[in-house]
Amino acid sequence: MIEGKIIRVAGPVVLASGLGGAGLYDVVEVGIAKLAGEIIRMDGSGATIQVYEENTGMGPGEPVISLGRPLSALLGPGIMGSIYDGIQRPLSALKEKSGDFLIPGVKGERLDIERRWHFEPRLKTGDSVAPGTVLGVVQETSVVEHRVLAPPGIKPGLIKDMVGAGDYTVLDTIAETGRGEVLRLAHEWPLRKPRPSLRRLPPTEPLITGLRVIDVLFPISKGGAAAVPGGFGTGKTMTQHAIAKWCNADIIVYVGCGERGNEMTDVLQEFPKLVDPRTGRSLMERTVLIANTSNMPVAAREVSIYTGITLAEYYRDMGYGVAVMADSTSRWAEALRELSGRLEEMPAEEGFPAYLPTRLAEFYERGGRVDTLGGGEGSVSIIGAVSPPGGDFSEPVTQHTKRFIRCFWALDRDLAYARHYPAISWTDSYSEYSEELLAWWDAVNPDWKNVRKRALELLKKEQRLEQIVRLIGPDALPDEQRLVLITADLIKSGFLQQSSFDDIDKYCSPEKQVLLLRCIMEFHRRAESVIKAGAPLVKITSLPLREKLSRLKSTVPNDRPEDIRAAERELAAVFDDLDRQYRKESLR
Amino acid sequence: MRGIEHRGLTLAEGPIVIAERRENSTYGELAAVYGRDGVRRLGKVIDVSEKVVALQLFSDNTGLSLDGAAVEYLGHPLELRVGPGLLGRVFNGLGHPSDGYPEIISSERRDVNGQPLNPAARVYPRDFIETGVSAIDGMNTLIRGQKLPIFSGNGLPHNRLAAQIVRQARILAGSGDEPFAIVFAGMGIKYDAARFFIDSFEKSGVLSRVVMFLSLADAPSIERLVTPRSALTAAEYLAYELGMHVLVVLTDMTNYCEALREVSAARSEVPSRKGFPGYLYSDLASIYERAGKIEGSKGSITQIPILSMPDDDISHPIPDLTGYITEGQIVLERELFQKSVYPPIAGLSSLSRLMKDGIGEGMTREDHRDLASQLFAAYARVKSVRNLAAIIGEEELSPLDKKYLHFGEHFEAEYLAQGEFEDRSVVQTLDLGWRMLTYLPKEELLRVSPALIEKYLPKEA
Repeated sequence: MIEGKIIRVAGPVVLASGLGGAGLYDVVEVGIAKLAGEIIRMDGSGATIQVYEENTGMGPGEPVISLGRPLSALLGPGIMGSIYDGIQRPLSALKEKSGDFLIPGVKGERLDIERRWHFEPRLKTGDSVAPGTVLGVVQETSVVEHRVLAPPGIKPGLIKDMVGAGDYTVLDTIAETGRGEVLRLAHEWPLRKPRPSLRRLPPTEPLITGLRVIDVLFPISKGGAAAVPGGFGTGKTMTQHAIAKWCNADIIVYVGCGERGNEMTDVLQEFPKLVDPRTGRSLMERTVLIANTSNMPVAAREVSIYTGITLAEYYRDMGYGVAVMADSTSRWAEALRELSGRLEEMPAEEGFPAYLPTRLAEFYERGGRVDTLGGGEGSVSIIGAVSPPGGDFSEPVTQHTKRFIRCFWALDRDLAYARHYPAISWTDSYSEYSEELLAWWDAVNPDWKNVRKRALELLKKEQRLEQIVRLIGPDALPDEQRLVLITADLIKSGFLQQSSFDDIDKYCSPEKQVLLLRCIMEFHRRAESVIKAGAPLVKITSLPLREKLSRLKSTVPNDRPEDIRAAERELAAVFDDLDRQYRKESLR
Repeated sequence: MRGIEHRGLTLAEGPIVIAERRENSTYGELAAVYGRDGVRRLGKVIDVSEKVVALQLFSDNTGLSLDGAAVEYLGHPLELRVGPGLLGRVFNGLGHPSDGYPEIISSERRDVNGQPLNPAARVYPRDFIETGVSAIDGMNTLIRGQKLPIFSGNGLPHNRLAAQIVRQARILAGSGDEPFAIVFAGMGIKYDAARFFIDSFEKSGVLSRVVMFLSLADAPSIERLVTPRSALTAAEYLAYELGMHVLVVLTDMTNYCEALREVSAARSEVPSRKGFPGYLYSDLASIYERAGKIEGSKGSITQIPILSMPDDDISHPIPDLTGYITEGQIVLERELFQKSVYPPIAGLSSLSRLMKDGIGEGMTREDHRDLASQLFAAYARVKSVRNLAAIIGEEELSPLDKKYLHFGEHFEAEYLAQGEFEDRSVVQTLDLGWRMLTYLPKEELLRVSPALIEKYLPKEA
């Protein structure tokens, strides 16, 4: 432990002398109140420290103690179902200690160190152990089996002493290696350092979200990275909540970074009540929340993103598919900007520091699908919300983010104004994963490729026609083109728009998604041929079938795909009739 | 040692003064600076090193001299004296009485900066507040514990709307006699605007339950930085300790932000958009996030901040950052105002994020959510049809589009518009919404289920 003293305080940035022996990014206890801080710069005049708690009342002369280790997460059983602040302090425990408001200097253990977990060893004395080896398992929640891992830092060797099955706390020794390293249920890992894996795997399996516009039009892979940019009120948080609820990841890490307190409370109070359709258990049992809301200290907001991704990598290393929701990466970038300003660094674009793109790249690169050190396969998918000022996507955070993600779900203000949710624009969004996912979908549902392609083409065509309509009105278009507008409306209302409040519609199974869209595209194909045969458009617009197709999404539950097939047969019959009628007329 | 005055400053520039550090002064501490005129000016320590202290004053610095000034460090941050005696009083931005009566009698003082609320201690707001205004109750519901700002422009009737909400707000099926209070913070507004609110409170007979913090246009602009914090400190005391339901009106947040920019420029900080400091978001959040409900406490804080959008531009940093923090926004639209629609609440850009959990069966009525969604969708179509009509002429529109235009006219004139003293129950508002939908063909109503249409849509007269 190295002790120095404060020489200057200016907001959350503190200058201290006498810390020459401490390391960069070491954790420090600052001032008489022992507030948590981190050394972020060292030079001749002293160490610059960012303080993670509100530091009003701190003055020069107070002590600073370096703990001689970098800022780390404590990884072990007890993470699932918790709510942490940006530096992994458990908010529920802090509430017990200091009441409803966060009082600076109050400490909380990152994991419950008194709770005993039932540990079942998988190794015995004499077995070999290497980084990432599964030592045994703990049933963390009813759905998450926590695989206790040998920390990535240890040296390979043999187990000298392995405990038997039994109840242990996270700090109890469960094994010792031949080289004298002590293994426990939990271990420390520095937040800013990516956890190692054996090798990266291509992102060839989709992360099914249950949102039709995503899964069919702009899919994301397990291990992929997506950005959700949108002005305020366009539904970034709602989209993230919906994905967190229904996507087929094993573990959800939800990082509320500089956002609203009530939104975190919403997750905290709603998720325990929601039932995971795949496990039948509460969603909270597979979820961990990192809440550093907008009014909490800005330095801890900067770290919260790293805390989230470190927890995600840890579960990935156990062989799980993890999805990280980062809401919002713009607030994180702003925290960088604020701290950079206080350090009096030279600003680049719009006051953001020049290293913004580097930091963004480092963050998104921590996602991916990998072979783990322990021999399994795991993935971390990252879905980052971006909050561009004024909804203008040309600002630095959106632009730099676009360079490091491969899936872009642009939220559109006009769609949101019409309460068309999810307001994901089908013209500005893209996904580079669709090609890599072809093989998977071909095996599961070969129709996916076709209906997707046709729907995208039709929407593209509609967009061009809209420009003409805006000048001359729809009546001036030939019937065939007006049919494009009609089908596009059907796709929007019957497929793309999805209500998260409707019990049937909130989650749409992949099978139902493809069937629905196939039905609509079939409507278009048949209608087009009838019109070519000479039928007037009104024959199509007056079909009651249209309204029925629009409502299929909320009338047919996921487990009754045969109802959609029946609707498709009905559609075929209706058009067979029309066909006969007009083939006759054209023969006459 | 405290209470000792130290002579001399080394620099005085705008609201910032710099003095030598002579005692153990700390960051964020309050200090009093006396000029040769003997006037006491409060300020806080914003930067402190071993030799030098920088202070930011909350008041005018005319007449400060470097040699003649004296600084006294007070050893605590800026505090507000709180107690039940707050009710019915008027204070300046720093929390000193400005109604001619003495300080309130209480030994309790609170740091005006407050502490962030632990997200784990919050209760998610769900109680629907009936305001009697259709455009709010029907489409942008206000919830107890919500922060719902009014985005306005110069000359638009935001004050009248805020006064109407304050006058009419009530909880459905509530016991009716839950204790409530109104905290009003006026920042840089004209005396007339403040007078309007006082009169309005007086007329509705609630003046004895109002606490006012006024830092009017003629007060030093720096004082505005403290005004909302004083007000929210009072609100937190009334809500969480006395268990009251507190409605906080903050007006005008644009003036607050400009004061912040002024200080930031004086500190020569790196500016972000339009010269506002990079921490404007965090700073605004430290105000807006002080709304909500706490587990185990009966009270709540509901915030209605009012801000005027410079040049009616919703993408200006002030409304933009506010919208990212608050739980929705009520936007006033000049076009509607010019059509003499009162309240001119924009049908599309207004939003209440907490609406989803405060409405529906058991709270308002089962059809509320779908009906609102249908009205939004239809009104969005009206807007695009109007754009088209402006180019090709109304005559050339398709019959369906003409129906939409017709719907739009009725929707604005009958649903959005209402009297300043007209108080509609939420059931009236919902029924009115269905009546508006009769102007559209039934097969266009895809956002409402056939069952709801059967039950609520008025049959053709």
